[in-house]
Amino acid sequence: MLSEKSLNAIEELKKKYRHPQSVVLPALWMWQEEHGWISEEGMKQVAEVLGIPVHHVFGVVSFYTMFNQKPVGKYKIEVCTNVSCMLKNSDRILKHIEDRLQIKPGETTSEGKFTLVEAECLGSCGTAPMMQIGDRYYEDLDEAKLDRILSSLE
Amino acid sequence: MSMERLILPDIPEYHLLDVYESRGGYQMLRKALGMKPEEVTEEVKKSGLRGRGGACFPTGLKWTFMPKQSDKPKFLCVNGDESEPGTFKDRQIFEFNPHQMIEGILIAAYAMGIATAYLYIRGEYATWIRMVRKAVDDAYAKGYVGRDIMGSGFSTELVIHRGAGAYICGEESSLMNSLEGQRGYPRVKPPFPAQNGVWGCPTTINNVETIANVPVILRLGWEAYSKIGHPRHPGPILVGVSGHVNKPGVFELPTGLLLTEIIGNYAGGVPGNKRIKAVIPGGSSTMILRGDQIAGVTMDADGLKAAGSSVGTAGMIVMDEDTDLIRVITRITAFYHHESCGQCTPCREGTGWMHKILQRFEQGHAAASDIDLLLNVANNIEGNTICALGDAAAWPVQSMIKRFREEFEKRVAPAPAMGPPLAEAVH
Repeated sequence: MLSEKSLNAIEELKKKYRHPQSVVLPALWMWQEEHGWISEEGMKQVAEVLGIPVHHVFGVVSFYTMFNQKPVGKYKIEVCTNVSCMLKNSDRILKHIEDRLQIKPGETTSEGKFTLVEAECLGSCGTAPMMQIGDRYYEDLDEAKLDRILSSLE
Repeated sequence: MSMERLILPDIPEYHLLDVYESRGGYQMLRKALGMKPEEVTEEVKKSGLRGRGGACFPTGLKWTFMPKQSDKPKFLCVNGDESEPGTFKDRQIFEFNPHQMIEGILIAAYAMGIATAYLYIRGEYATWIRMVRKAVDDAYAKGYVGRDIMGSGFSTELVIHRGAGAYICGEESSLMNSLEGQRGYPRVKPPFPAQNGVWGCPTTINNVETIANVPVILRLGWEAYSKIGHPRHPGPILVGVSGHVNKPGVFELPTGLLLTEIIGNYAGGVPGNKRIKAVIPGGSSTMILRGDQIAGVTMDADGLKAAGSSVGTAGMIVMDEDTDLIRVITRITAFYHHESCGQCTPCREGTGWMHKILQRFEQGHAAASDIDLLLNVANNIEGNTICALGDAAAWPVQSMIKRFREEFEKRVAPAPAMGPPLAEAVH
């Protein structure tokens, strides 16, 4: 269930738009921040709170890539492999993480700590190669820096 | 050469409200509130400011499309979805100069009689959303946003809306659908947003950088502003340079500078003094140029059009002589395939087909006829879709074949392309 704080925030947000349906992205963000991923229960509650059909909420969740449709690790590592990062050897960054954590993109480590994903351009082209873990950007990466970051999270 | 930086001033802590105010911040809002709304629009129109989001549309002219009288509320959407590969400029404004953007939003809101402005920021920029939220809260607390701004009687709200990971939501009609809480499907035009935008109400969509230019125009006056850079595409422009350069980054420059100067002087040249093989001048959607084609080409709408490309978001990607361009175009096409919203068949299917054909080149089992097949698919996407993503997917492929056909030819498999090698087939 959504926390009392989020439910109140949703009511406040409804006043800022012409239709409560507009609050679907903010409400789904709140659910994901509290639960880590968007379950059917989450979609049902968001639909109910906003007075919109649950199938509509599902349509939204399945459209936007940042909504996790299944559980992910505690740390979701997203490595940008788009052109600017590719030119700065993002494939080596990805490979290094794969080797260290023994997972491929789309997979989660067995203890549930890390999920690895290949990401599209994250707007850090001048500081490529880069990755995002949770909300945080890690830029100008090399293998040594990567090891330090992963060690601090392991 | 050195110009006062107008969008990203070199002033410490400029993102803080009190520092911004101490340098004359929000005084242009005060000035605008003392003018008639149409005078503000006229000032922007005469300045020659053109949109910095990719289409280079004249901003003031866009504002005049909004109805003066409307029985419905009018809305402004500020596009901070910044997802075009190679683009990382609006992020600098969020971080280093959010108040100038907010001031620009408020001036635009006054000029068009906007009830609420929505600032749509891509979901991945969570860190920058926090920064902007702080700035907006501070501006509200000081009475710059909200009811009866500076005692003028004018009221407008400013709401930050976080995206959730969809390149297509940077397309203006898709952004409006996303704001309405829908899947980010682009809309058929007409009707145009100024008549029938978000919730069916008159709406204008402007890019973050465009809006951040508005207070500058009021401060310098339209005439002085129009003399910065290229006369037909004036003003400061944030040029992002990435890829094979020594000093990648975002540079605030007057429009009209030579690409070679931007790469060589500002971005520090190519590592190891290697030859430039190719340049994508304005984000991955813009047509790729050969390294030997960029001499004399300038960073402005006319200059890049004459060279056979476009300014786009001014996110320049530089590739040195060792770059595997087949790998580059395959990756770019994978991106458009992933980001196609799926509404229009040519784009939904075509981007996937192009990616498959390109993978054959990448893996070395393409047939010679695959070059024209690829071009044929690209040509059948271009112009046949609701939004510009179709064109954005087709142009890189078309221009890559046109300008680097030999790269494709080199990667064709020795005949026969299909089936087992000839020797095995015979015996």
